Amino acid sequence: MISTDLLLFFIASSLVVGGGVLVVTVKNIVYAAFALLVAMLGTAGIFLLAFADFLALVQILIYGGAVVVVILFALMLTRIEDFKGLTDNSQKPLAVLASITVLTIMMYAIVSTAMPSSKSDPVSMIDLGVSLFQDWAIPFEVASLVLLVALIGAVVLVRQDDEGR
Amino acid sequence: MTIIHFQFLSAILFSLGLYGVLARRSAVLILMSIELMLNAVNINLIGFVAFRGFGQEIQTFGQVLIIFVITIAAAELALAIAIILRIYRNKNSVNVDEMNILKG
Repeated sequence: MISTDLLLFFIASSLVVGGGVLVVTVKNIVYAAFALLVAMLGTAGIFLLAFADFLALVQILIYGGAVVVVILFALMLTRIEDFKGLTDNSQKPLAVLASITVLTIMMYAIVSTAMPSSKSDPVSMIDLGVSLFQDWAIPFEVASLVLLVALIGAVVLVRQDDEGR
Repeated sequence: MTIIHFQFLSAILFSLGLYGVLARRSAVLILMSIELMLNAVNINLIGFVAFRGFGQEIQTFGQVLIIFVITIAAAELALAIAIILRIYRNKNSVNVDEMNILKG
């Protein structure tokens, strides 16, 4: 008999793995972007199953809202025909070999390590917010500074050379 | 649902991302594969946070850590997209095999 949360976990993880497989195999790059969206939504489901409500919301907002839209904008700003002609490169068999090797090593490590598993009590969103703004206030502000610098850097990088001179 | 499920899912997703990084030629697709790998790390982390019987404090710390990972991933994506657009404007291509101007 399979429990409900395990069933939900398998549904969410099939979304994640299916989306991931499509991202790395599909030819059309726009389809790959939408497959990435599916994988990210599946990850949000995984977060929900691990009692991380706030992280699920953040995942949907940032990945579903921002990352996929940014990638689609990048595709719109370049000519999409250039992407369609790009096939996978010649080291594909080697890439398959490398990823399967890594997967085997990780699976072996997981199986051979006895990891006691017990459910923790879920933390509330309020506790998370209090901790974020009291214990982690300075790292939080530094992270916002990093984001600011990265975004200004991105704007400077993509600006046309002959503007504002 | 135990910690093993999260670890297996994370391992599979990480290997998929690794394959994408190694086999794809378009820079944007490589970027998407890197996002997949970052997500695998987050899934692993949330599995350990929620299913090891930790107290409230450590669980909160784990979730804060994941928030920072997501933040850095967003910053990295913005910069990488900017660099890709720049290279596209200069070289009219996003094929990583042609990006060899730094080769000595």
